[in-house]
Amino acid sequence: MSTVEATEASGSQRKAEYVSNEQFQKSLNAKLARQRIQDLAFRRTTLSFALFVLLLLGAIIASLVLGAYPIFEKFGFGFLTSRDWNPVTNEFGALNAIYGTVVTSFIALLIAFPVSFGIAIFLTELCPIWLKRPLGTAVELLAAIPSIIYGMWGLFVFAPLFAKYAQPFLTKYFGDVPLIGELFQGPPMGIGMLSAGIILAVMVIPFIASVMRDVFEIVPPVLKESAYGLGATTWEVVRNIVLPYTKAGVVGGTMLGLGRALGETMAVTFVIGNTPKIAASLFEPGASIASTIANEFAEAGDGGHIAALIGVGLVLFIITFIVLALAKLMLMQLAKGEGART
Amino acid sequence: MNAIAQTPAQAEVSPLYRKRLFINRLALTLSLLAMASGMIFLLWILAVLFMKGIGGLNAAVFTQMTPSPGSAGGLLNAIFGSFVMVSLGTLIATPIGILAGVYLAEFGRRGWVAPTTRFVNDILLSAPSIIIGLFVYTIYVAQVKHFSAWAGAIALAIIAIPVIVRTTETMLLLVPASLREAAAALGAPEWKVVTMVALRAVRSGVITGILLAVARISGETAPLLFTALNNQFWSSDLNAPMANLPVVIFQFAMSPFENWIELAWAGAMLITFSVLAINIITRVVFRQRTN
Repeated sequence: MSTVEATEASGSQRKAEYVSNEQFQKSLNAKLARQRIQDLAFRRTTLSFALFVLLLLGAIIASLVLGAYPIFEKFGFGFLTSRDWNPVTNEFGALNAIYGTVVTSFIALLIAFPVSFGIAIFLTELCPIWLKRPLGTAVELLAAIPSIIYGMWGLFVFAPLFAKYAQPFLTKYFGDVPLIGELFQGPPMGIGMLSAGIILAVMVIPFIASVMRDVFEIVPPVLKESAYGLGATTWEVVRNIVLPYTKAGVVGGTMLGLGRALGETMAVTFVIGNTPKIAASLFEPGASIASTIANEFAEAGDGGHIAALIGVGLVLFIITFIVLALAKLMLMQLAKGEGART
Repeated sequence: MNAIAQTPAQAEVSPLYRKRLFINRLALTLSLLAMASGMIFLLWILAVLFMKGIGGLNAAVFTQMTPSPGSAGGLLNAIFGSFVMVSLGTLIATPIGILAGVYLAEFGRRGWVAPTTRFVNDILLSAPSIIIGLFVYTIYVAQVKHFSAWAGAIALAIIAIPVIVRTTETMLLLVPASLREAAAALGAPEWKVVTMVALRAVRSGVITGILLAVARISGETAPLLFTALNNQFWSSDLNAPMANLPVVIFQFAMSPFENWIELAWAGAMLITFSVLAINIITRVVFRQRTN
């Protein structure tokens, strides 16, 4: 059988199936139309779920604003600047908690930034290739440990050791230094603002370190090799090639860590001491926004206490939102310069 | 800069070169120390958990309910409650997360929805979990006027969604365009291309994302504090407060009772080692798929 005959044969067969070409066309069109509707429906379904994620954020903000409305109505912006926090007399001011949150996060960053930077340099520049993967994984595992575990470890293991060895040492050597001396005076109790800051640092180090490692790795090898070729030392390459190239990413990663530290609840609640006050010494107990909510919310009565807690929650959310948004913008800026990767 | 042109032997002598070498060595030593301190903290925490947890870990932990102060007991109701709420949370979050991720990866090239959603998703990814608890409290608990396992599950789902969205999108972007084009050229409609070709190609990556979300929410305490609350007794009623490991650990660890603290350590060890096991298994099993 020749090819022409074969084509004709299959053609007639098809004609038999669809009687006429017209009818075939019609059924094909119908099928295409059906598929178009299915595709549209699929597209719309996925779109609605993407919008759902957007709405989630909107709903969170709206619910916090509505929930906090009574307290802002009652105290106005004095709520943010007042230091009274007394559920019994219904006096509420957020300043103590805001102070605790900001100070502990600041201490955490002060410690976490250099350490994360060191870890990222080690993982990208120094580490033997065969160790890269296991060590990188280990750092990520540190990030996977639930925060309540950090809290327990901080309270039962870290705090006693800190009180016994580190705090007397700090008081002895820094207690009399002008300006910062007062920060390190006071009874060595183990728990307090400084301990909370240190535990927070341990918690956010893996987050910052893995972002820094990722951005260090996008530096084109040619740049680094040129510098090495000119005789630069490893540190000089990091300082003068890697760092300028990844500046936005390093800052973005650090702010991502800051965002985590600001909102961290359980680790802080265990070790901060949960006393709403502002003391000169970092050894004194304090309270952060998150720890206040965690401690008081389940027992809060209706007389404004819940609204006050939602109010501080709103403050916390606004602060972290701004920090995280800036972090994201910086990382996006770096990615744009690079082309694709974040 | 003369050091460059000199031979190493001469360079040794140059004070500038010596200073550069010193700074370099100092910086690299500090970097090594930073890495070492990170590892020391990891091993320290794991060792403490193991040593304190193993003492409290016995058959009673898995067979008895949480005790009243001073009496013996286990964590059975808390383990069950955690299992129920984490499963429910994952079941709610998975379809939402995958479909939103599909939109971002497949249809998100034009318009404002995709970039905005991506941005918001990344913020939700690191948003304070206690805020999610407040949110679920106001929209659900305060409306129905009682704490419940459902509220806990919803809070956990909201935390899991951004994780799943993120991994689904990243994974789908790895699928080569030629694969989609081949399917489209065979006449497959778009929804079939996405669900039966693209998603199937990265199935293991998406599963990794779901498992990582499970690991993330298993240890979450803050969002459960005032949604699921706690329950000293066995309860399988989803509309009533339900015991769960993280909150039990929190309460028991903060208590003055010796046997409660011991149970808290046992629970802490259970949670941490299962979370780390999920992390390690997903890394080993799906090694090629993750980048």
